[in-house]
Amino acid sequence: MAALEVRGLVKQFGDFTALKGISLATMQGEFLTIVGPSGCGKTTLMRLIAGLEKPTSGDVLLDGNVITPLPPRARNIAMVFQSYALYPHMSVSENIAFPLKARGVNRPEREQLIRWAAGVLGIERLLRRRPARLSGGEKQKVALARAIVRKPSLFIFDEPLSSLDAQVRAVARAELRQLHGRTGVTTIYVTHDQVEAVGLGDRVAVMQAGTLQQIGVPQQLYYEPANTFVASFIGTPPMNLLPRGDVILGFRPEHIVPRATLPTSADVATFDIRVTRTEFLGAEWIVYGTVNGTFGDAKVLCRLQHDAIGGLKAGDTRQFAVARSLLRFFDKDTGLRLPAPSNSTKSGAVAQR
Amino acid sequence: MRRENMAIGGEPDGYKGLSVQPAGLRLADREGFVGTAMLAPAIIYVIALVGVPFFLAIALSLSDATVGNPSIHHFVGLANFISVIHEAAFAFALRNSLIITAATLVLLTILTIIQVEILARDFVGKRIAEILLILPWAMPVALAAVGWLWLLDSEYSPIDWILRAVGLLGPRTPLGPANNLYYLGREWLGLGAVVVINVWRTLPLSTIIVLAGRTAIPHELFEQAQLDGAGYFRTLFRITLPALAILLTVAILFTVLVIFGDLTVVALTTRGGPGYATEILPYWAYLKGIQGGALSQGAAIALFLFPVLLAVSIVALRMAYRREGL
Repeated sequence: MAALEVRGLVKQFGDFTALKGISLATMQGEFLTIVGPSGCGKTTLMRLIAGLEKPTSGDVLLDGNVITPLPPRARNIAMVFQSYALYPHMSVSENIAFPLKARGVNRPEREQLIRWAAGVLGIERLLRRRPARLSGGEKQKVALARAIVRKPSLFIFDEPLSSLDAQVRAVARAELRQLHGRTGVTTIYVTHDQVEAVGLGDRVAVMQAGTLQQIGVPQQLYYEPANTFVASFIGTPPMNLLPRGDVILGFRPEHIVPRATLPTSADVATFDIRVTRTEFLGAEWIVYGTVNGTFGDAKVLCRLQHDAIGGLKAGDTRQFAVARSLLRFFDKDTGLRLPAPSNSTKSGAVAQR
Repeated sequence: MRRENMAIGGEPDGYKGLSVQPAGLRLADREGFVGTAMLAPAIIYVIALVGVPFFLAIALSLSDATVGNPSIHHFVGLANFISVIHEAAFAFALRNSLIITAATLVLLTILTIIQVEILARDFVGKRIAEILLILPWAMPVALAAVGWLWLLDSEYSPIDWILRAVGLLGPRTPLGPANNLYYLGREWLGLGAVVVINVWRTLPLSTIIVLAGRTAIPHELFEQAQLDGAGYFRTLFRITLPALAILLTVAILFTVLVIFGDLTVVALTTRGGPGYATEILPYWAYLKGIQGGALSQGAAIALFLFPVLLAVSIVALRMAYRREGL
């Protein structure tokens, strides 16, 4: 059974439509990340699920029950805000106790639960401190402890890592996943960072301009993007998209290599690329170039292993190739994915030779 | 090679023909001078209008000066204080000053919280509500007094008229048998009227101060409390008020300073009557020292206010600094 389901959620603020009919469902115990550029409606979606906003139309279901009309406190949903929203005048242990007191949990049970939550997150020694005396990472742990202490049916994280330093963030990310493993609570995680979304989520939902673009396991989004938006949003650097006629041709930067490095018998599409710049990244190189010929000098990015670079430098023109099975095709007008052309003459026409 | 030279030693083309000369040092650049000059008006003001009158009051209270003979050369010790304490009016004035201040404080705190809670939300007509809120503050005391005197008039009070209309006042009614309540002519109604007017005119300021603090509380804290399962009153008492505690205390204490030393409301309404029933220390000091001409005794009465005002000031300032230090 789906832990959380939203059906046709629409949210309008005045004459601005923030959500244009979102439907999705999570599986029990799943870690779902929702990613999209800022202003795509992902935070609005979270607030509708938590009950902080009422939808213009559509429904939210938790464990099969419609909870749309319920206020936030009647939904068993815990949310961790980007700012953590710790109560500044309460100690850490009072912060964690707050949702329990609000539910009328008695004192002995409360203290047992606080110890349990503090133990799970390893913050026992911080219990007497005020939030002002905590580091960013510690604040996050307290916010998480406060969220898990009441054993919610659903966790919502709204960009919880974005206010942490880069180093702390990597550790915090691992801890979040570990926490999910220990509690097994269905989790929705909102972020604008596609690396985080792909790295954390069992499945990833990509949103743009109030609509759901695609939902699937990370590999599916990466290798089989549903449209050009997902193709260019997921992956660093993004998929190369070369318009030609009424079709857009797409391939990942690591899938294009100098023709000479592949056996001549391979089934490939070839491109003549003029290199404009090369960038050394240690294990690999990024090659910036333009495709000559029918693609109208479209820009192209290649990720080459160190031994494949072979003395390539700016100004060179060389033949590159992509295995035909790795090419993706999109409709130029709608941006939607098209099936790969099946007959070989047509695919031959797409490539240069 | 030529490009590198330009980048390191040469002048970039974009700046050619432009030159920015460093400005000379002006008088206004000397921090010592600017600091002194900026502080001077405040220091002169405090010395001239607070320091001098204060020490003059002490000197007067220890002399036998009168309006007719305001010399402070004749030292009489604490005689003025002792004689003032023994007057019947003193007990009334001290009691009423404390009652009025305490009652104003309690009412003001409750009403400030209610107003702030209302104005922190969005509703239709909020702008008008805000203007109405400021109005008592913006109104001149004399104008306000006319309004209040009419409201509390012994014969034509509209409040009495409404009470009569709904059958609460008049012969054979709960508040009867008289046709009027005579607000300013009765001890407790008179004190109540003074308290209500005090609250009415100080509420705008304390509301504005506390509202500023209320809007500074991050909205997410309230949403978090909602998600944590807290209802309205739990949120108010456990989240909102603790966050506002210091600001609320400072706002209320500064109001107390004003109310405790203020004589205008009593002077414009009950004038301390009937008898000394609604007398307060500052008004009595004015009556004795200025109206009655006994400058030295007036000063002695006024100085009874000083320890209370000093204590409240110290507490208020300490709270204000503690807030800054947070």
